[in-house]
Amino acid sequence: MSDVVEKTLTALPSLLSLDSQPGSAKLSSTSKLGNLIRGITELTSKHEEEKLIQRELTSIKDQVSSPNTSMRQMKELMVRAIYCEMLGYEASFSYIHAIKLAQQGSVLDKRVGYLAVSLFLNESHELLLLLVNTVLKDLQSTNLIEVCMALTVVSQMFPKDMIPAILPLVEDKLNHPKEIIRRKAVLALYKFYLIAPNQVQHIHNKFRKALCDKDPGVMTASLHIYLQLIKENSEGYKDLTASFVTILKQVVGGKLPMDFNYHSVPAPWLQIQLLRILSLLGKNDQSTSEIMYEVLDESLRRAEMNHNITYAILYECVKCIYTIQPKSELLEKAAKCIGNFVLSPKINLKYLGLKALTYVVQQDPKLALQHQMTIIECLDHPDLIIKRETLELLFRITNGQNVTVIVEKMLDFLRISKDDYTTIDLVGKVAELAEKYPFETMNTVFSLGGDMMQPDIPNSFLKLLSEGFDSDEEDRKLRLFAVDSYVSLLQSEPNKLPQRFLQVISWVLGEYSHLSAELEPATVMTLLSKLLDLKHTSSETKSWVLMAMTKLCEGGVAISVAQDIYETHSSSMDTVLRQRAQELQHLSQDSELYLMGGVDSSLSFLDGFVSEALAAGAAPYKPPHQRQEELAQAKALSLEPYSLSLPISMSSCSIADRQSPTLMSMSSGLSGDSTDLSHKGGSTTLKLDGVKRVWGREGYLAQREPVEETAQVEVPSPLRSPSQQAEADSTQSQTPTPTVTPELEQDKQQLASSLFVGLGSQSSVCLMGKSDPTPQRFRRKAQGRASSSGASEKTPTSLGSTPSPVDNLLCNSLLDSNLVSEPTNQTPQASQSLDTTNGNCHEELTDVKENNPSLIHNNEEPDKPKDLCLSSHLPTELSGLSHSEITPLCSNQSVNLSACHVQKEDSLQLVIFIFNSSDSALQQMQLQVDSGELKVNYCLSLITDSPVEEVRSHSVAVCHYSVTVKRPSVHVEVLGMLSYQLPGGTPQTIQFSHKLPLTTFIRPLTLSTEEYGSMWLAFSQDTKQNLTLINDDQDPLTTTLNVLKKKLQLHVVEIIGVEGIVACQLVQDQPCLMHCRVHAGTLAVWLRSPVPDLPDCLLYHCQRALQEH
Amino acid sequence: MIRFVLMVNRQGQTRLSRYYTPVDLNRRAALEADVVRCCLNRKKDQCSFVEYQDFKLVYRQYAALYIVVGVSDGENELSIYELVHNFVEVLDKYFSRVIMFNLDRVHIILDEMIQNGHIVETNKNRILAPLSAIDKMADG
Repeated sequence: MSDVVEKTLTALPSLLSLDSQPGSAKLSSTSKLGNLIRGITELTSKHEEEKLIQRELTSIKDQVSSPNTSMRQMKELMVRAIYCEMLGYEASFSYIHAIKLAQQGSVLDKRVGYLAVSLFLNESHELLLLLVNTVLKDLQSTNLIEVCMALTVVSQMFPKDMIPAILPLVEDKLNHPKEIIRRKAVLALYKFYLIAPNQVQHIHNKFRKALCDKDPGVMTASLHIYLQLIKENSEGYKDLTASFVTILKQVVGGKLPMDFNYHSVPAPWLQIQLLRILSLLGKNDQSTSEIMYEVLDESLRRAEMNHNITYAILYECVKCIYTIQPKSELLEKAAKCIGNFVLSPKINLKYLGLKALTYVVQQDPKLALQHQMTIIECLDHPDLIIKRETLELLFRITNGQNVTVIVEKMLDFLRISKDDYTTIDLVGKVAELAEKYPFETMNTVFSLGGDMMQPDIPNSFLKLLSEGFDSDEEDRKLRLFAVDSYVSLLQSEPNKLPQRFLQVISWVLGEYSHLSAELEPATVMTLLSKLLDLKHTSSETKSWVLMAMTKLCEGGVAISVAQDIYETHSSSMDTVLRQRAQELQHLSQDSELYLMGGVDSSLSFLDGFVSEALAAGAAPYKPPHQRQEELAQAKALSLEPYSLSLPISMSSCSIADRQSPTLMSMSSGLSGDSTDLSHKGGSTTLKLDGVKRVWGREGYLAQREPVEETAQVEVPSPLRSPSQQAEADSTQSQTPTPTVTPELEQDKQQLASSLFVGLGSQSSVCLMGKSDPTPQRFRRKAQGRASSSGASEKTPTSLGSTPSPVDNLLCNSLLDSNLVSEPTNQTPQASQSLDTTNGNCHEELTDVKENNPSLIHNNEEPDKPKDLCLSSHLPTELSGLSHSEITPLCSNQSVNLSACHVQKEDSLQLVIFIFNSSDSALQQMQLQVDSGELKVNYCLSLITDSPVEEVRSHSVAVCHYSVTVKRPSVHVEVLGMLSYQLPGGTPQTIQFSHKLPLTTFIRPLTLSTEEYGSMWLAFSQDTKQNLTLINDDQDPLTTTLNVLKKKLQLHVVEIIGVEGIVACQLVQDQPCLMHCRVHAGTLAVWLRSPVPDLPDCLLYHCQRALQEH
Repeated sequence: MIRFVLMVNRQGQTRLSRYYTPVDLNRRAALEADVVRCCLNRKKDQCSFVEYQDFKLVYRQYAALYIVVGVSDGENELSIYELVHNFVEVLDKYFSRVIMFNLDRVHIILDEMIQNGHIVETNKNRILAPLSAIDKMADG
């Protein structure tokens, strides 16, 4: 039905169209307004419009003040003035003329005069006083049209102070025989009530009369007053309930004249108005509510026609049913009705359904359950307004259990919302939820952010909790609440919680579970011990759990739990866990020690022991770095294979570190990290600026620019899109990150959690060692420790492949005498020496010659003199070049395979030596070399004494390949297979793999600064990270870059101030550019290349090169 | 409650505006442009109600003409949506011939329907009664 009408109405615009159209041109050619509108429509610029309107206004101004202008012309001028004002151009000169027109004009001219007044003036405008006389006159006119006009303008605007002047006249009109006059009089009184309620207090009985007026229009008008009155004081009008119910009944029953229908629905807007009044009256009032049940039921039943307007009524009806005192039968029907709304395919109805649902779930949250699926669908609706309304609904049903998901959804929406008002509103709601459910909200953040989140979030959360707020009582409550909520979390499903969250929970329970009177330490112990048994619990988390347990292990049950744990973990492969288990067991059994508390950081209790030992001839203690230096000189043996597991414990130290100064290095360490993304997502223009400014065509420009400015270029924040901004804002709002804390407080913190950093501070000593002589020891220590452990963590994560132990062992076995390590399995040294060995290995790859003899001498079969001269078998064209040490690949009883490589400018030459150690010749020998990552070109096969297919006893065959990298990876692996046959024997094969570090494929790329600049902009692959700066006393940047240059064969293009640019290429012709900047004691590097993975791989080698240094 | 009624063409040019809550003259043009942009950007299958600042817009399109009504949050959007249609039907009934640039008459009709942000009359005959009377007098 409505569709049909709508179709007929598509013709309407041509009628209505105020656009210029050929058909209308003829008729409107006389209309000056028509000309004006057409003129404006044809204009293209705002400026032209302004010119035209100003010209028009000048012309209007001239004419209105002319004494010869007739009222008819005046009316025409007023309409044009109205039009100009509507477009935003003030026509204040015409205001007085509008009043004059209302005064002097007749019929339509007068009406337009009134219209202009009501459009031009606001209620407080002084000119409005001039209108009072005109209104007075017209109200007394015998011409009904004039009375009508006067009442219309009065009900739109009238000076408050002048109400008494016309009030008697308006009151009189309530008895007028014409319904239209009575109706307009009621509306005028309504206006008076709105602007000056006191003035009409005495005529309330007249309102009642109007309500009972035989004309429905007059009655309808009076409802505006009643709605207002009842809003303000519903108690005073309860007696009218029956009247309103009767009226509604009649309307719904179709008792009104047909012309009140809208699309066959009787007076829909009147029904809506009545329903609003009824809901106000029935709210919290059982007896009044009972009066209206029947009519509401009737309304629901009658409104079955499928038209928008019936839905509009139904919506109001449902709202009413849920506002007044409930009646189950009605509620049921209303709920069903809502179902029709939300399930409707019509989006406008869906919207209204959600709105209704939002309203009713406040009374009956269960109703949301019925429509769960629809709600979930609506959450993902492409139309934002539907989404928004759904969130509104969810906000209303938020409770302790679902707050997490809801907050998540809200945050999701915030990320896409571009509208400030929505953002403000939603952020307010999230904040409100965070206030209501602080732990649930933080729990959301932890559960969702999970292990991806910045490590300082849990840290600062714990810090917040331990430092507390102003009031001790508040703190206690907060902590107690945290304990309770975590205990219940652990009791439900701890296996779903992310590691970081488990760590937070462990810490809080360890620290504060004593606050809860009814919570036995043993219960907590048991809960915690369950965590240890979970499959996915990382050893880092386990050590947090164990530490929490050491704080709790008091009393009978606890001791037995501790004993159990000790038994399970005392044989753990992880030394840290082993140590924690030991501590736990000791503390649980030695209650004196447990109660002692406090940490003597000077270890003074050992003084006696130390002096005794010294007296007995023990060597004095040397700090680890000193030992290391000495050992380096002494060329001791390496024992590091025994300490392979230790870097893992290092990482746990860094998490335990509460200060988290590692934000930078940590965040860049995780390659999928959001910080990285925002770097990448940032517009190229800014990056471009950054480069341009510093490395312009004229060379380095930074001298003229303050340092801060260049620093800003690097910071991604100004780049962020509004949505990202909002995201950031929201993160800020929900995670109270304490910013500045007094140093003392931090130190206190550190001590308070000394158990956590116990191992960490030990190791920090040696890692810090030589590099940090600053007085702020504690702080700086933490920083140094964290950054270096961050780096050790980085290695596996950022590259996606752990450097295999094979790799290390390979290097180790090759190493000759200059090993740098000490015979101890203490964590830091071990991990360092591990790196060192690798480093040496690499170093040797580049400059080898002199090491060669000794190396081969150290090989597994030193008694074979032939090995010594393998290098003499090098192909002649390579013999003049320096080659890497010859590495054994594999061997069996009959063959030994070894390999070495030679770096040429455009490729890497791989040479494989096949040594026949058997007593008979190898026949039908075939060597296949393959690699997914390499392009292998078989070059030559040079066999000194015999053809390729055969290798005689105790002689060497050489295969020579030229290789280039197809796809960069940290280590490029070459797989090979040798097949051969011994005389009279069966065919045999022997397989090997050989790893070539990417560095062997790196060559310097010689560029000018300018070339560098243009290349930089062209490259898409992009990585940023912070590297350790080699802290030389004078010029750390140059020193660091020189190390990289030497070890990785990079070309240092230019160094200026705190920045340097470096270039290299991967053979063949795959460039990689590196931009380095000294920042906050680290080297911020930014690599770009056209080749995927190359920056990451190169970065890995840079890290190692610097660590080894 | 209704805050304003706007009639705009597809180019965003205002054909009629009526405010029921005070808005400064110099801020109206910008507000209208923004409101229109909000509605014009929406697709046919999207909801006819838009959140705008702290209130809502209910809009309806008749070929090249958009009618946009700003309503406060508590309003029943669907009833306003139908009110717009009622208004258009009234206009259709009154302007039976191809028209004209009758800004004043459209305003007079709207004034009969909405006052102070409230719907005061929806009966088509009654809405048009005063205007018809005026026309009769002017003719006679």
